Amino acid sequence: MTELSAEQARAHWSRTRGLMWIVMVLWFIFSFGIHIFVTTLNEIVIFGFPLGFYMAAQGSLLAFVVLIFWYAGRQNAIDEEYGVSED
Amino acid sequence: MKGNFVDNLGKIYGIYTGGFIGFVIFLAVLEQVGVPNRIIGYAFVFLTIAVYAAIGIMSRTAQVSEYYVAGRQVPAVYNGMATGSDWMSGASFVGLAGTFYTLGYDGLAFALGWTGGFVLVAVLLAPYLRKFGAYTIPDFLGARYGGNLARFIGIIVLFCCSFTYVTAQIYATGIIASRFLGMPFEIAVFVGLVGILVCSMLGGMRAVTWTQVAQYIILIIAYLVPVVILSAQVTGVPIPQLMYGQVLQEIAVLEQTKPGIMETVKPHFMPFTNYDPLNFFGLIFCLMLGTASLPHVLMRFFTTPSVREARRSVGWSLLFIFILYFTAPAYAAFAKYEVYNNVIGLAIADLPRWVSIWTEVGLVSVTDANGDGILQLAELRLGTDAIVLATPEIAGLPYVIAGLVAAGGLAAALSTADGLLLAIANALSHDIYYRMINPHADTKRRLVIARTLLMVVAVFAAWLASTKPSDILSMVAWAFSIAASGLFSALVLGVWWKRCTSAGAIAGMIAGFGVCMIYLIGTQYGGMEKWWGVNNISAGLFGIPVAFAVTIVVSLMTKAPSREMQEFIDAIRIPRGDAIMDKRDAALGH
Repeated sequence: MTELSAEQARAHWSRTRGLMWIVMVLWFIFSFGIHIFVTTLNEIVIFGFPLGFYMAAQGSLLAFVVLIFWYAGRQNAIDEEYGVSED
Repeated sequence: MKGNFVDNLGKIYGIYTGGFIGFVIFLAVLEQVGVPNRIIGYAFVFLTIAVYAAIGIMSRTAQVSEYYVAGRQVPAVYNGMATGSDWMSGASFVGLAGTFYTLGYDGLAFALGWTGGFVLVAVLLAPYLRKFGAYTIPDFLGARYGGNLARFIGIIVLFCCSFTYVTAQIYATGIIASRFLGMPFEIAVFVGLVGILVCSMLGGMRAVTWTQVAQYIILIIAYLVPVVILSAQVTGVPIPQLMYGQVLQEIAVLEQTKPGIMETVKPHFMPFTNYDPLNFFGLIFCLMLGTASLPHVLMRFFTTPSVREARRSVGWSLLFIFILYFTAPAYAAFAKYEVYNNVIGLAIADLPRWVSIWTEVGLVSVTDANGDGILQLAELRLGTDAIVLATPEIAGLPYVIAGLVAAGGLAAALSTADGLLLAIANALSHDIYYRMINPHADTKRRLVIARTLLMVVAVFAAWLASTKPSDILSMVAWAFSIAASGLFSALVLGVWWKRCTSAGAIAGMIAGFGVCMIYLIGTQYGGMEKWWGVNNISAGLFGIPVAFAVTIVVSLMTKAPSREMQEFIDAIRIPRGDAIMDKRDAALGH
């Protein structure tokens, strides 16, 4: 097992941190951001669902599931790129 | 079967699921040939508990790492299922749809709060805690913040949030067991307790994990079956999650036009009729950060084989939780449609039978306020917990479905209680006894202590539940604010901010936890004014920012952490390499 140089470790962590912030912004949008506009969104009705209501009942929840799997994939790619993933 | 247990998981749980479905069909046939309801209720309660007990006994273990972290070999998908049932308590199963029914849009704060928190778990905490390789959450605090003071405060917070939570689960178990077995509540509580103990006591985390997977399968089948049947009956398509849109439209029409409803109704879609925006978003915030701080949830991610699996496992957990949560709004809509359409406007003298059944239980009440003999919406009070439990009867489904729902509710409550009890007992035996009192205790002694403490805590919680403390259920919502205020800042900054010092974290935990507790107790019992009108279930809205602010300020005022500590944090941040805890213990010769 080769030792990771300090520089590489820093680069790996800065990429990891960048991804963390991207996920946090998306998390914030789906947790709070869109629900502020619920009254406006409720005027759009798709398949019987007012959109504002739908986003809180199912839409954001689905977004969270997708977001976690996407994050897990991206973070694995970063780890592999820097050779720090597990064997 | 060839290979070991873990290689055969798919086959084992496949057979198990088939067996359970066969069992339900068998009982349905028995009901048709005239076997009394009481026998069917007994069969559901006792046979499911017997299965959990059998799994618990088969998974018994005398190895420390098996006992605390299931030997770290639970695959991501199965850990996801186990986390799903660990997470979804009696409150999610029984109460969530009812909350949506009662609060309409505003109730969805619970759906958002109890799911979005897993994003924080995945990104901020789970992989790093897994790499650290702790057995418990206080273990991490003790290692990162150098010593027993941080560990001890962690234990206090853990105890406060987990103990109220477990008492509520035992309470829920007692209610379900007493209703379906027809025995007094005080005795039913102890029947439930036996079910909980046989799973967790002998095999620790390993037994709890494999039982929770089994419990997930039962609870999700039990949740979906009635609402799928209802959807097929009302709309002709058995996909409730998709079809309830139409039903929502019909509810909106009834709300505007039907006499008896239109006068008093709060429209189902209309936001902020029960909570103002500050409380709505505040509640989401507290539930999310609380999710990412509850020790019994976080410790599930110590059991995966690798850091990579820990991350994916959070995704699986949320997917399995999502299956129930995205069905709950449909449940609420179908129940509301049935009630608005078929019940409101009836003569009070000929209400359907379920109304009187559930009135006896105390979850439904009817009063003819204006004395016209006709039921208006304002005259019918449907308890939050009645929606899921009574829907099979509201829709006129056979009793076997009601029994199935009871088995599901029981599975949800038992699985969460198992996880919580284990979190408490592990903190006491591992952190207090082994780390703080007797670091030279051998394996056998540690496990004996762990089991004894588990028993003591469980019996005490059951005793408390049997006294029916009235506001225990509202205290569950508090657990999230308590956990978030006391633990979130210390855990997250411990990983993400190297400059965070022991003094800073300790001061932050005390301040956050303190502010939260003062607000909770002060507004609930002390007649204190609400600050800016914030409900006390969102007390974390004050505790969390205070914890962060104090941690940061005190950290910057104290000396930066040592070089060893900086290296320790670097090691946590990289997935490759052995778990850090194991290496340390090896170096210390444990």
